[in-house]
Amino acid sequence: MTSLEKYLRELRSSGRKALVPYFVAGVTPDWITYIEAAAHAGADAIEIGIPFSDPMMDGVVIQEAALRALDAGTNLDSISADLSALTASVPLIAMTYYNIFHHYGVERAAGKLQSSGITGAIVPDLPLEEGAEWFAACATHDVASILLVAPSTPNDRVARITSATQGFCYASARMAVTGRSSDGGEGGRVVERIRQTSDIPAYIGIGITSPSQAHDASMAGDGVIVGSVLVQAVLDGASASEIELMVRQFRLAID
Amino acid sequence: MTENEFMSAPNELGHFGSFGGRFVPEALMPACLELETAFVEAWADPTFTAQYQRVLREFAGRPTPVTPLRRLSAQLGIELYAKREDLAHTGSHKINNVIGQTLLTKRMGKRRVIAETGAGQHGVATATACAQMGLECTVYMGEIDTERQALNVFRMELLGATVVPVTSGSRTLKDAVNEAMREWVTCVEDTHYCLGSVMGPHPFPWMVREMQSIIGHEAAAQLNDLGVTTPDVVVACVGGGSNAAGVFAGFANTTARLVGVEAAGGSAVGKGSPGVLHGMRSLLMQDEFGQIEEAYSISAGLDYPGIGPEHAYLADIGRAHYFAISDEEVIGALEVLSLTEGIIPALETAHAVAWILKEVGREIPLGSKVLLNLSGRGDKDVAQVREMLRGQG
Repeated sequence: MTSLEKYLRELRSSGRKALVPYFVAGVTPDWITYIEAAAHAGADAIEIGIPFSDPMMDGVVIQEAALRALDAGTNLDSISADLSALTASVPLIAMTYYNIFHHYGVERAAGKLQSSGITGAIVPDLPLEEGAEWFAACATHDVASILLVAPSTPNDRVARITSATQGFCYASARMAVTGRSSDGGEGGRVVERIRQTSDIPAYIGIGITSPSQAHDASMAGDGVIVGSVLVQAVLDGASASEIELMVRQFRLAID
Repeated sequence: MTENEFMSAPNELGHFGSFGGRFVPEALMPACLELETAFVEAWADPTFTAQYQRVLREFAGRPTPVTPLRRLSAQLGIELYAKREDLAHTGSHKINNVIGQTLLTKRMGKRRVIAETGAGQHGVATATACAQMGLECTVYMGEIDTERQALNVFRMELLGATVVPVTSGSRTLKDAVNEAMREWVTCVEDTHYCLGSVMGPHPFPWMVREMQSIIGHEAAAQLNDLGVTTPDVVVACVGGGSNAAGVFAGFANTTARLVGVEAAGGSAVGKGSPGVLHGMRSLLMQDEFGQIEEAYSISAGLDYPGIGPEHAYLADIGRAHYFAISDEEVIGALEVLSLTEGIIPALETAHAVAWILKEVGREIPLGSKVLLNLSGRGDKDVAQVREMLRGQG
């Protein structure tokens, strides 16, 4: 079992719901301060978005942040260098598109994540069928490969995904890209279907933009992932302490 | 070589060698699997293929002729033939694929179609087929392309389609594909994504090639009637590569040399390296950290930083060869074909013409029998060409 999964299973056993905020690396020169702030506000793990030019699963907010980060010259090496200054002790999870790792070399990329203190990776455009090479590289470097289940995933695929995912299983709350949300979503039903096949922790994400939505999701799942609403605040110029306050509100909502 | 050594079906994961596959968000996996099943069943169903051929015949003007380009042949010292996809309804080969996919959409019980478009040819073809079949249609088009091809936007709207300008990224074809994929996630239950080229996740590269292979099969029979058993060279322009794949399919298992011509500013084989984009592993133009580079070409239809995975494979194994033509060479070729043969080609097609003009006596030995896939007509480009010729004057 990967270190991340061990940690997240213990967290669940302790009765605590996991809060996983998401930030785009390199979106501002001092983006690390947002990570520190979120950790300080009670995040249990933090997703670090590695910007990609063609983010197929992301809505306009994260697209915009990724573009800003790329314009500032952000890449896997610069992110790794920036993370060496991080003082908070919080598990980090990379989230990006497969071409970033594919082009860097999967073995070298997984090694780079490990040496940067990143213990999990979410690659939404890399399905089960195409992942063998990446999953093997991750296994070598104690990086949990985290897979998604969507509302549209048929039950037999759910079983195959939950037996392959590590760390947690990402329950996509809606048939949409990141950031869009008009209702509570289907996260609860997706979690139920995950639980019928596995005892892996199941976290709900995609379109969770308010503390009350996070509260509802935490009632159904073992954790919640909050991205676009925080990234939007960063784009609007929020300070680290403002981000800390926002994350704290999500924390309060799920405790 | 065995009869079906080249351009047969990909493996069960949609791989052509190490290229292809299905790199899509989990939310789209069921739709890709459903589409694969539906396509395999339909393509093996004689009722479906007969219907597909009937619509192409009655509505789209197939078979398109093969024209011997006699004056140009005499000037160049080769035997040059053109497969006239420019004469197909809507002005290019794009209609072949679209008729197949919209019939499949109805067969799957879906009521709506979304599509991406670069030059607007695929968008117009999709809007046309949707109007004819009573399907709802939304087309995603890069904002820059909506400006370059404003008349095509109007055509699509006349045909009842909604055109959505895409303002993200480079605001061209690759971003239109991103946006169509994002949209497809939200509406996959009742909507088919009618991808316009031999790219994207499995089964699209294979399915679109099959639906375009009518070009190559017709051309092979027509050349035969003209006394050409096997051409020496088959030439087609390549953006994503659907017209090339279609014509290559008729000659892949012959001795014909297969040549794809890319735009120099969108040369995935010439300048690219293996990568993953838009659901496929293929050759892509990218920087040292795997960020996709923006293609640039005077022809919006070749303005794409990747290429279909089967082309990447054919290049890899050496069955097809790919060359790049610069913007500067294209206008001259368009003028030559217009003046000598009375055919104004699309700017995309003019790349293939330019390669032939440039390579006679070099890559193309004198006396060669050459088939040009004349993939589209230039009507959509004449305003742009006029501006460029004025600029030169």
